[in-house]
Amino acid sequence: MAKPKIAIFDFACCEGCQLQIVNLEEEILSLLGGADVVEWREAMSEKSDEYDIAVIEGSITRLEDEERLKLIRSRAKVLIALGACATMGGVNKLKNNFDDLDEVKKCVYGKAASKPHLHTGLTKAVDEVVQVDFYVHGCPIDRKEFTYIVRSLLLGKKPEIPDYPVCVECKAKGNPCLWQYDQVCLGPIIRAGCGARCPSNGFRCFGCRGYTSNPNVDAAKDVINRFGLNVDDLKTKMVLFGSKQEPTIYE
Amino acid sequence: MSKGTVNINVHHVTRIEGHGNIVLNATNGKIEKLEWQVPEAPRFFEAMMRGRSYEDIQTIVSRICGICSISHSLVATKAVENAIGVKVSEQTDKVRLLMHYSEQFQSHVLHIGYLVAPDLFNAPSVVPLVAKAPDAVKTIIGLHRLANEWSDLIAGRTTHPVTLRPGGMTKVPTEAELRALQDRIKRCVPDLKVVADVVYSAAGNLPNFERPTEYVSLKQDNPPTYTFYHGEIGSTDANDTVAVNDWKTVANEYVVDQSTAKWTKWHRDSYAVGALARFNNNAELLSPMAKAIAQKFGLKKGCCNPYMNSIAQLAEVVHVIEAAIQLIDQLLTKGVRQETVRVNPKAGKASAAVEAPRGILFHEYEFDRKGTCVGADVCIPTNQNHANIQKDFEKLVPEILDEPEDQIRLKLEMLVRAYDPCVSCSTHMLDVQFVR
Repeated sequence: MAKPKIAIFDFACCEGCQLQIVNLEEEILSLLGGADVVEWREAMSEKSDEYDIAVIEGSITRLEDEERLKLIRSRAKVLIALGACATMGGVNKLKNNFDDLDEVKKCVYGKAASKPHLHTGLTKAVDEVVQVDFYVHGCPIDRKEFTYIVRSLLLGKKPEIPDYPVCVECKAKGNPCLWQYDQVCLGPIIRAGCGARCPSNGFRCFGCRGYTSNPNVDAAKDVINRFGLNVDDLKTKMVLFGSKQEPTIYE
Repeated sequence: MSKGTVNINVHHVTRIEGHGNIVLNATNGKIEKLEWQVPEAPRFFEAMMRGRSYEDIQTIVSRICGICSISHSLVATKAVENAIGVKVSEQTDKVRLLMHYSEQFQSHVLHIGYLVAPDLFNAPSVVPLVAKAPDAVKTIIGLHRLANEWSDLIAGRTTHPVTLRPGGMTKVPTEAELRALQDRIKRCVPDLKVVADVVYSAAGNLPNFERPTEYVSLKQDNPPTYTFYHGEIGSTDANDTVAVNDWKTVANEYVVDQSTAKWTKWHRDSYAVGALARFNNNAELLSPMAKAIAQKFGLKKGCCNPYMNSIAQLAEVVHVIEAAIQLIDQLLTKGVRQETVRVNPKAGKASAAVEAPRGILFHEYEFDRKGTCVGADVCIPTNQNHANIQKDFEKLVPEILDEPEDQIRLKLEMLVRAYDPCVSCSTHMLDVQFVR
């Protein structure tokens, strides 16, 4: 059987998730020994229109990028969304919270904002434009999880991604709860799988892996009440990676 | 074949961070179009920052760039602290500097080893080099891994740090961890020599091209330091430095049609930032081994060959290794302890600057009395290089127009890569008008 061809494409993002692939170091070679990487602009000069697996990094903000993404989808058998910008829009979706996009453009470019090359639309996650087969969560992605997912696909297995909250992993590590240190941590409602990396470093979870499919909203409200805060305190943190995401506890 | 007639259209230059195009049309030696274009999708960070809390600024702006996330995080944290009037301890300052060194090391090794080396050895990427020079590639990979583990230890992870908070750190490494890190850093010195020798063996492939250029970087006089993190703004065209809060009188940003990133100019039509700029302003302050590297490659203060930026990076790789060993000694001598931080935000507006691996980086923020951001303004190193890349193109192309088209294309791509551009940065973070 011929090796599957993989192509990696980037849209609006920081390219930090691609960097995590580079950061696999030698492991890339063994991981990709089972595949042919045919296009990866950040690391290689080769380009190709033939591939089986397309890896999409970044969020979609312009019509021309939607067209490019649809073309990639039509060529690929499997499409993977890589990192928070691709899986849910990431911090780029903060822009969507402002009602007037022209005002957003003027804020950045001043009088030049009307120039055609500075056009922007609402930020979209990849699955708001095309069908996504697999999600690699996180900002940035976790190298080990990426390896696990790609390896599973190459072996024809379905990867299992945690659907329980960060608190589970954080407790298992024996970390002190950051709520007790005056930090508004999103651990109770955010998808685990990161090994609770941020809280383990004394930094609140800010939600880069998105909500679990059935977030325990009651637990979140409970915690807010116990520490004498209100829903707005939680919302200002949820908005960083969770802008315009469902489900929310906004109601 | 060219005889002065070429049509080069490099759509999305490869092996750089972000999207840039090179367009060159010439007929019978007459250049009709020659442009360095930046079509990257803008992300409007500055607008998005409004309404966010002072304690969330770093988390957001780190996402401007995956490769220089530590620099963005550090400069943002410093600017926030300056704006809300918070001072940090000597220990915090030193730990952050150690974090910053890890990024210079990581980014330069990545650039030299993975992005530039293929050009020097006629390969389309680093992958074929594994077969050609397995030991050298293995050495580079080992250094890159050390850089990442170093960031992991100090920043909590390799990309997008999670140990910084206004006023201090959420976590600092233990003395035992610092000792182990220092030991590993010391042991990598022979590897640096291997890399230097490999690059030296192919340095003849670096084009010989010069254009008198203004170089801008941080300068630190007290104590005199080859600085990445402290000091004021210096230029090879000026005797005096400029205070960081006055960075807009340096950058003078403007919008052009060929780019979604703004351009800048100071004393001339354009200026350059990055390793070569730092070298040209501060070379005499490099560590002894770094000076030896510069000498080996004939890199001297006043060099205005942009291709030599990669060599200046190589000297800096060695410098940060020596500087980090000393810095860890200083931390260990004083003893490391976890410090508690309490911050009461107040209204204010201020800037900060650091040297990102690819050049000087400015952030400015304004907060209301609750610590909510009401304005942000950022100027990225690659922005400051775009105009200079265009000016280099305009001098270089007439000099090489008789060469085969492939050679012209390669030299133009190599020139862009030499600047180590970080295009997603430069368009994602432009200039902001304060809006109230």
